[in-house]
Amino acid sequence: MGKVLIELKNLTKRYGDMTAVDHINLTIRENEFVTLLGPSGCGKTTTLRMIGGFEEPDEGEIYFEGKLLNNVPPYKRNINTVFQRYALFTHLNVFENVAFGLRIKKVPKHEIEQRVKRMLKMVDLEGFEKRYVDSLSGGQQQRVAIARALVNEPKVLLLDEPLGALDLKLRKEMQIELLDMQRRVGITFIYVTHDQEEALTMSDTVVVMNKGVIQQVGTPQDIYNEPINRFVADFIGESNIIEATMPEDFKVAFDGVVLDCVDKGFEPNEPVDIVIRPEDIRIVTNPDEGMIKGTVTSVVFKGVHYEMLIQSDYREYMVHRTMMFPVGSVVGMNIQPADIQVMKRGEAIE
Amino acid sequence: MMKVAKKIYMGLLYLFLYAPIIVLIVFSFNESKSRGHWGGFTLKWYAELFRDRQIREALYYTLLVAVLSTVISTIVGTLAALGIHNMSKLGRTVVLNINNLPVLNPDIVTGVALMTLFISMGLELGLVTMLIAHVVFSIPYVILSVLPKLRQLNKHTAEAALDLGATPSYALRKVILPEIMPGIVSGALMAFTLSIDDFVISFFTAGTEATNLSILIYSMAKRGVKPTINALSTLMFITIVVLMLIINKKSDKGENLLL
Repeated sequence: MGKVLIELKNLTKRYGDMTAVDHINLTIRENEFVTLLGPSGCGKTTTLRMIGGFEEPDEGEIYFEGKLLNNVPPYKRNINTVFQRYALFTHLNVFENVAFGLRIKKVPKHEIEQRVKRMLKMVDLEGFEKRYVDSLSGGQQQRVAIARALVNEPKVLLLDEPLGALDLKLRKEMQIELLDMQRRVGITFIYVTHDQEEALTMSDTVVVMNKGVIQQVGTPQDIYNEPINRFVADFIGESNIIEATMPEDFKVAFDGVVLDCVDKGFEPNEPVDIVIRPEDIRIVTNPDEGMIKGTVTSVVFKGVHYEMLIQSDYREYMVHRTMMFPVGSVVGMNIQPADIQVMKRGEAIE
Repeated sequence: MMKVAKKIYMGLLYLFLYAPIIVLIVFSFNESKSRGHWGGFTLKWYAELFRDRQIREALYYTLLVAVLSTVISTIVGTLAALGIHNMSKLGRTVVLNINNLPVLNPDIVTGVALMTLFISMGLELGLVTMLIAHVVFSIPYVILSVLPKLRQLNKHTAEAALDLGATPSYALRKVILPEIMPGIVSGALMAFTLSIDDFVISFFTAGTEATNLSILIYSMAKRGVKPTINALSTLMFITIVVLMLIINKKSDKGENLLL
């Protein structure tokens, strides 16, 4: 774990009656790839803009390397941003766009030349120096925006939905490239997205937000495998969320069955929510060999797997399997104890 | 058949529209003083034009007012557009409607109103009042010309400049103004054209001391049309056409939606 670089303490932003960001606390370390993830309006972009200095917090503090950052204007912060839809300077060519920050800092001419060239090489845009940004494709503009920010050698790069305007294939390529770049330049990336897959692919740490409140902070694995509440489970990937109780440690009861699990520490018979991922439900053809019995009601081919809906006496389960079970067949379903994630009852942290 | 009819119709329409100007231009080269018949080709009216001290003075006033009012209204209008662009939606709608009113207002009303205002303020009508009047009626056009460029701008452009270390004033000078420059230039051209073109408002606000070309032509025409007027009018017409061509060429590139 690297040194602490940025600390948010009770950070709050209100617009009129609406609280966009509600007393959040977060620690970001050197070299970390942190993703703020959530639906639109969850406060992720506002948080990023407060770190960048484009919004003033109503309450709370932002510390950068231990120093209070609240009253430092954006042009004096050692932080650079890749904006939504890039916000490139259309009256300048690629070279001048990238050189913009260095010219302001009065870096000597030959050094500007070298650094811009090196940066354009890194983002794979050699030979594009004289081109105007309007003549570039979305992916190329994206690279110019990244080069324009990184050439200033900031300690932190903020990225606000940087891949939002690209098509799916290009987006996947750029995800890998961005990750690769972050490893090479070795600086902290704070990345905002509403795309859960993007967040899981790229991040060291995912911060899931909803309605201005942080729901969960963790590694992609933590967030996916051990969601803390219904909201996180629902937002990250597909899931079967079931209301259950815990009669004792390591047991959950629902729909007339009691299954083993690996969670403990709840009150006896405490109501909980459990999450079972669709790929963690195994199907057996003999219904009597399964923990739960059900009838297949729908089958959709998804490429790597079949997505099946299986109706039990109590509810419908979504199941992902590579083997197909025809509609109408009665099957049994089995779930391993480790694949049941028990959460405190409740929609989300308000 | 239909095609031919269409073409004839078009031809007649344009002939009707442009006949007066064509006649004017033709007669500016007429040797004979009479308007009725053609006495041979000459450039003497043009030569006379430039010998006439009164006309030279009027030309000087016209250009002086046009240049000054263009500079002032472009600066004021651009700053106003920047302000309007950053207003709340409601405020913007209100201000824009107020801005559009003078554009639609008949010139004669604007002219008389300005004259009344100047007199009630105790200002003597002359060059200064005419200049003020020209600035006043040009500003809305500059605003209308700059605003679309601001709207086209990515809303994070200014922030991107600050992010890269630019102070707010540096960001304005080196990023925002260059980005909206096409709009500013067409606004300026528009202001210049309107100023040269204007008669009604100038007539009411110039008083007797500062006579520009359009007022001079009007007063000359009252005393009987001399062929020099034809020559002068031809020159003014050509100037306006050239300016309009430049403005349209700029808007062809999709840079301006005005007109």
